[in-house]
Amino acid sequence: MRAEQILRTTPAGLYCPRGDFYVDPVRPVARAVITHGHADHARAGHGAVLATPETLAIMASRYGAEFTSNRQAAAYGARNTINGIDVTLVPAGHVLGSAQAVIEVSGKRVVVSGDYKRRQDPTCAPFEVVPCDIFISEATFGLPVFRHPPAEEEIAKLLRSLKTFPDRCHLVGAYSLGKAQRVIAHLREAGYDAPIYLHGAMQKLCDLYEALGVRLGDLRPAMDMMKTPLTREVFKGAIVLAPPSALNDVWSRRLGDVVTCFASGWMRVRARARQRLVELPLIISDHADWDELTETVQEVKPGALWVTHGAEEALVHWSNSIGIPAMALNLVGYDEEGAGETPPAAEPAA
Amino acid sequence: MKRFAALLDSLAYQPQRNGKLRLIEAYLRDTPDPDRGWALAALTGNISFKHAKAGLIRGLAESRVDPVLFGLSYDYVGDLAETVALIWPAKPGANRAPELSEVIETLNAASKADIPRLVESWLDALDPDGRWALIKLMTGALRVGVSARLAKTATAALGGQEPDEIELVWPGLEAPYENLFAWLEGKAERPSGIARAPFRPVMLSHPIEDRDLAQLNPHDFAAEWKWDGIRVQAVSDHGEKRLYSRTGEDISAAFPDVMDLLPDDVALDGELLVFREGAPATFNDLQQRLNRKTVTKPMLRDFPAGIRAYDILHQGEDDLRPLNFRERRARLEALLTTAARDRLDLSPLVPVTNWDDLQTKRSNPPSPAVEGLMLKRWDSAYLPGRVRGEWFKWKRDPHLVDAVLMYAQRGHGKRSSFYSDYTFGVWKGAELVPVGKAYFGFTDEELKEIDRFVRNNTENKFGPVREVTHTSETGLVFEVAFEGLARSARHKSGVAMRFPRINRLRWDKPPRDADRIETLEAMLA
Repeated sequence: MRAEQILRTTPAGLYCPRGDFYVDPVRPVARAVITHGHADHARAGHGAVLATPETLAIMASRYGAEFTSNRQAAAYGARNTINGIDVTLVPAGHVLGSAQAVIEVSGKRVVVSGDYKRRQDPTCAPFEVVPCDIFISEATFGLPVFRHPPAEEEIAKLLRSLKTFPDRCHLVGAYSLGKAQRVIAHLREAGYDAPIYLHGAMQKLCDLYEALGVRLGDLRPAMDMMKTPLTREVFKGAIVLAPPSALNDVWSRRLGDVVTCFASGWMRVRARARQRLVELPLIISDHADWDELTETVQEVKPGALWVTHGAEEALVHWSNSIGIPAMALNLVGYDEEGAGETPPAAEPAA
Repeated sequence: MKRFAALLDSLAYQPQRNGKLRLIEAYLRDTPDPDRGWALAALTGNISFKHAKAGLIRGLAESRVDPVLFGLSYDYVGDLAETVALIWPAKPGANRAPELSEVIETLNAASKADIPRLVESWLDALDPDGRWALIKLMTGALRVGVSARLAKTATAALGGQEPDEIELVWPGLEAPYENLFAWLEGKAERPSGIARAPFRPVMLSHPIEDRDLAQLNPHDFAAEWKWDGIRVQAVSDHGEKRLYSRTGEDISAAFPDVMDLLPDDVALDGELLVFREGAPATFNDLQQRLNRKTVTKPMLRDFPAGIRAYDILHQGEDDLRPLNFRERRARLEALLTTAARDRLDLSPLVPVTNWDDLQTKRSNPPSPAVEGLMLKRWDSAYLPGRVRGEWFKWKRDPHLVDAVLMYAQRGHGKRSSFYSDYTFGVWKGAELVPVGKAYFGFTDEELKEIDRFVRNNTENKFGPVREVTHTSETGLVFEVAFEGLARSARHKSGVAMRFPRINRLRWDKPPRDADRIETLEAMLA
């Protein structure tokens, strides 16, 4: 059976003709398998959605309970059948509920990784290696300049800065789903137990994480303290989390003297940090860096590697050079060219 | 090296001038000699290594990393030092990281053949920030948003001095400046008597528009032609002669022909120009002489440089800067009555009766090397910097053409996520030919719009360059402003623009209505 008969690219996204379903489609379709809850992968309006219970809960929280008419919850490792095709969801280690989709057709196995990482993350299940014939990997950080330092070091950097500037508010930009909760969880692991203040846009997802069993400690809405000059005193030396779009927004003016921090893999490149007017870049990413990508491909040992959204060219070149035939899938809609290249407002979770 | 790397790193992220000053001052205060002196030399652009060049660094990286992956990474990051610093494969068990002074002294003493091995061992020993700082240091372009002037200002603050005091002693100093720091910290006398022919910070002008003139009284102002060369300060002092750029960079070595012209014991402010039979040539000619460390005989013969003087700052033992412009002008004219010669002359005053009359004169300049008028208040003392309300530049209106965006390239530095460098063309028959490249003139908001247009209308990708749709019906028209036009064999269109920039986005205009090459050719005549 040829690979294209199992999965092929269409304008709506990756399509399995035998099972008549899409993986992470960018347009409304009759039947979708969703790897994780980030907005460029999980959209509303599909006829039926198969995803992990956590991802379904995240989608319901973001889009409302009516985001699809037919939810099919698939626990990690449980075998599901869609129109006779076996689909299993396996942890991807990206955010809570994130999964790789393992699709098996006539003895051939294709793994759609979705977004993934291999680092320790207290908020989600770790990535599992599934040997396969075709491995479809993301490549958000698919260049050897991207080597994320250990997250603990970056958290230590933040805590050091808090000591150096005890009168300045540390405003940390972090994506609302996944990154925010992970930064909080790492801070708690490092022994930071003071209240952490949240931008309103993060509240719902943090509540959901708590409800799904991820402990985040003392979280408070920043807005409550913004009302009077007296209450604003609490921001001195405090950590406030906000979505990246709010970092340089008028909202942040009421936090007083602010050290602007940003938790993202893109912070590895100085120009990116400067572009966002970031003073303290925190290189913390939920995507695999170059070493994680190449190690994963070597562990998975696929017959062929297909590379999607990101810096495909470098990973394809490297894979071919070690004897694993590779090609780039030109999927549209996942922030083509690796996300960070589009102007900041459109930057996806990283 | 670690401390220096941390300084560069924090400077790179610090957007505010005052913040940068504080960081440098703190570093200089806390770092012992000679490291801090070498750091100051690096920040003021006074370090260069003969054998340590960007090519060497690149070569080392390519010997350790797959060249294809290196190339892709460099295209993405847009900065060689950062690419190598990030991509360099870590080597467990490497040597200890070197100190800044150790790096500099070793590089200065090392033979060419030893340098690659040395640099390689340092790259192995340093972390990514340290590698970045090392490469920046070696290749001589720190690019952390610190000018020599800012670094000197921070140094002055160390001893509660004015930055101009540093400028005065600076030419007599040598890195690592131990005598300078000793003076600033009150441990020694001011380094004096050794500073000959110092640079004096230049007075700058504000641009002025036609409509703003009504608020000024024409009788308060002297007018001069604004020459299209580069601003220089020529200083001679007890036999020592130096030529400085307007930022205080010493460019004497590249202009021996100019040094020969200087009268004794003066500091002149004027325009550096190429002269042909007593008349200034265009900027295009001068350009052949710029950005060179030395100069060849044919260059001196074919592009002889000189100075058209318009101010005098010092004469004999007298500092003339506190005098007003009228008095200084008289001193300058008196000097040049006897000292003027071929390629050293006086920039004439343009008589001012009223603004309308001056406007007419501005539109009919006596030379192609004129780019407008300078207006200087008769009673202005010579003050450093851009002093409000004293001097104005009233530039000639730029030329405008409508051209079509053909190629877009990703920017560097802060704009490396945007397609911000644009090649544009005009019609030649039924075809567009490129006539220039511009990367500024638009607002941040417009940049986002153009970037979006480029991404949505890409025909081809060549590394960091995209070919953008440019048919007679579909494409983006720019109104391009530029200062002048010269014939060029390098460009397919046969013309090259001076100082092109995007004046306006013409979303309303279909590409077929853009200008034709004939319009530009007519401007050449």
